[in-house]
This record gives sequence, structure tokens and C-alpha cells, in this order.
Amino acid sequence: MNPTHTLIALFSGVFAVLALASGIGAFLQWRLPAGRNSHVIDNLNARIKAWWWMIGALALAFWGGKLGVVVLFAYISFQSLREFISVTHTRIADHRALLWCFYFFLPLQYWLITINWYGLFSILIPVYAFLLLPISAALGADTTRFLERAAKVQWGLMISVYCISHVPALLTLEIPGFAERNLQLIVFLVLTVQSSDVFQYVWGKLLGKRKLAPEISPSKTLEGLVGGVLTSTAVGAALWWITPFAAWQAAVIALIINMLGFFGGFVLSAIKRDRGLKDWGAMIEGHGGMLDRVDSISFSAPIFFHLVRYWWVP
Amino acid sequence: MLPDRLIAASICSFAKLFTGVRARWIGGFPDQQQRIYFANHRSHGDFVLIWASLPARLRRLTRPVAGADYWLQGGLRRFLINRVFRAVLIDRLGGRRADPIAKMGDALDAGESLILFPEGTRNLGDGLLPFKSGLYHLACSHPEIELVPVWIENLGRAMPKGSLIPLPLLCSLTFGRPLTIGPAESKADFLARARQSLLDLAPPAD
Repeated sequence: MNPTHTLIALFSGVFAVLALASGIGAFLQWRLPAGRNSHVIDNLNARIKAWWWMIGALALAFWGGKLGVVVLFAYISFQSLREFISVTHTRIADHRALLWCFYFFLPLQYWLITINWYGLFSILIPVYAFLLLPISAALGADTTRFLERAAKVQWGLMISVYCISHVPALLTLEIPGFAERNLQLIVFLVLTVQSSDVFQYVWGKLLGKRKLAPEISPSKTLEGLVGGVLTSTAVGAALWWITPFAAWQAAVIALIINMLGFFGGFVLSAIKRDRGLKDWGAMIEGHGGMLDRVDSISFSAPIFFHLVRYWWVP
Repeated sequence: MLPDRLIAASICSFAKLFTGVRARWIGGFPDQQQRIYFANHRSHGDFVLIWASLPARLRRLTRPVAGADYWLQGGLRRFLINRVFRAVLIDRLGGRRADPIAKMGDALDAGESLILFPEGTRNLGDGLLPFKSGLYHLACSHPEIELVPVWIENLGRAMPKGSLIPLPLLCSLTFGRPLTIGPAESKADFLARARQSLLDLAPPAD
């Protein structure tokens, strides 16, 4: 299959799965006795509906080629950073540093990816922003909780912009024998990690008994974690044919990014609990905010990028 | 008038889009009731956000209270505050001659609701400044009108005093339980109670 046909086949497959999920959701709703309402089923259907929109947005971005993908993920970064900084208390002295984050570092990071400048995009935020932002904050002449504030701003920028930007950065890799097919790496990453979230939810709802860490995330269970990670590792392995990996390599990589994805949600839950929140926002019905949906991508994308770059790019 | 309404509607849509504002009503509903909304004040956009979050039919009956010294400078501000927002303008510098309570009272007598910032000026720090006494005098002269505390979260960070460029932070409004003045409540007690009812709506500090 040529690259375009492969993508069309993949998206058709995903839309077929979504149609099946919508069918099951409608059946569960229909089976309820008249006048009864189930919070779980309502939430399930809201989630499925949101998935249609999210996969639709991804398909639209792919249709726009590299620029489409860069614009979509720049928007995801923008919304995530917005949610992160909105619930993280900073002070007026940080205003200028935050302006730099939103209006300079975020667009520059994505522009560097557009022009394939790996040398700079890989250090822009960990080195340049890391040094320049606290200078800007210190010039605000407010020492109250200074280190904490500097850490919050840097963390928000790393999680929301630097890490997420590694998804479109996959398009900059030049893998021998894989020309024109880099979009498939994004499909592999997003499908594997997001299906892990979905399967953790499903296994957790079906079998979940032993809570993993109720003080951090009351909904995460051991059964959900094991079932979800194993199932989506199988999904990743089954997708080996769209990657430059052998089947066993695809399975190992899927396992790694699924574990990282799980811990991404885990770490960001710890931040939410500390702020007394359940969700990062209310943007995506049934899911919460943007950051609730992409926390797993944020943790897995940079590692996935570097594994592929280290072993598959000469 | 139509163009004024159109400008008002576009400003409201823009404010909602830029701040992603979400309004929560706890202990009340946005119905036709005449009210005095009193809120924390950190940004010039504060009343716009409250105003934009009200249903359109309430918005037409609700007027912000604003400082004449700031809003009458320049043609654009003057046009916005008089024609679009229809504010009750208070002379903060005029001393004894000005009678702000009477002006606000007139608007209440005409059946309109008010948006009021009892701190009197924009707060650059955390929490709340001490309340000015205007809220107490209005509560005494119009005891039948509900006083609704409104906590504005994040707008002061998005566009703080002295900053030209706003940050695209998500803002939220919490409309609290209405309060009325007690029969024998002293000025100090009432203002302290009103201030505490507003502070109770704030998210936990760090």
C-alpha cells in the first residue's frame, strides 16, 4: 500500500471501532429501564462522542500534511499550558515570564520543528527557557516563593510544550526505507498510548478491585493498569506493519510508552490533587480538560522520539 | 440602541472566548431578581467578565459601578463606559461634593442591578483589601435587594494592573449565597461578614 492508502485504511479502522463503541453505548443506554439514568453510561457515551471529534481533528490535521500536524499539536500545547498555568498559582512578578512562554517559546518551538532544526528545538526549552525565564522573574523583584514559582513555570512549559512537541517532531526523522511514512509513527504512538488509557478505563470498570494509590488517583486500579497496558501492548505489536520495527520490537516499544503514559497520568494527577482538583479543565466533555487527555502522550512522546531516533535513524 | 448592543455582544463574546470563563452559581440562580453583585477587584476587565457571564436579559438590567477618573479619560473609554456598559460612574476624587451612594441608590430605585467592587481599587496582592462602606449604606437603604458575592479567579493574573499584554489564562466566576443585612447589625460587623462571604468562595491558597 502507498502511504496515503495506509493512512486511509488506518483511519477507516479507527472509525469502525468508534462506530462499534457508539453502538455499544447506545445499546447500554437503551437497555436501561425507562426513566433511569446511569452516570457511568452517560459518561461513557460523552467520552465516545468526544473521541469522534478528537480522531476527526487528527484526521483533518493529517490531511493538511506536516503543517496541519504542527498546527494541531501547537494548539494542543497552547491549551494544555493554559490549563496548567491557570490552576498553578504564580505572582504578578511572573507575568512577563509567562508572556514569554505563551507568545515566544511556544510558537518558536513549533516553528523550529517546521524547519527541521533538531539541534535547537531539543534544547530551546530545557536550556534557553530554563535560564531566561527565571531571569525575567527575578527582574520582577519579588522573592516570595521564588524557586517554587520558577519551577512551576518551567514545569508547565516542559510538560505542555516541550514534551507534546515531540509528536510532530517525529515527522523530522529520516528513517531509511521509511520515507513519506512518518505520519504512521504518530498513528502508532497516539493509538497505542490512547488505547492504553481506554483499556485501563474499561478493565478498571469491569474488574477493578485493588486501588493502586487512592491518595493520588481514586479511579486507578491494579487490574485496570495490568489489563490496560497488556491489551494496548498487543495493539501496538499488531500495528508493527505500519512502523519500521519488527513485531517484537513494536511490542517492547509499545510496553515502554504505555508504562510511561500511565505514569504521565499518575504524576499529573498528583499535581491536580495537590491543587484540590479532579480535572484540569472542562474543554472535552466526559474527559475533563485537554491536559487530562494528553498527559500520557506528554510523558511517552519524547522517549518514543529518542528511541526511534537512536536506533532507527543512522 | 442597536449598534451599542452589537458592540456589547461582541465584547462579551470576545471576553468569554479569550478567558474561557465558566460561571458557577452556588446557592442561587441567574433569575430576574434585582441584585447587587459584589466582587474582588484586580483588573479593569473584572466587571466585563461578570457582565458577560450573565444571561443577556439580565445583562440589560445590570450596570457596573466604575471610577469616573479612569473611565472618562479619552473618547473610546467614555463611549464604552457610557453607551455600551451603561456604568454608574463614581467620582472617586471629588471628596465631599460627590455623593456616590445617592447615584447608586438612584439606579437601584430604577429597578436595575449593580456590579460593585467594595475594595474601591484594584488589589495587587492576595486575598481582599478592607471593604469601603458603600456596600453597607446600600444594604441599609435597600434592605430588600439581595447582595451576591462573586469571586473572580485568574483575571487579575491574566491582565494585572500595569500590564499591556494579557495572558490567555482560563478564568472562573463563583456566584455565592446571597446575603442581606441583619436588623441590628453594625457597619463593621456587616462589612466583615460580607468580606468573609466573598473570601469563602476563593480557591485554597498555596
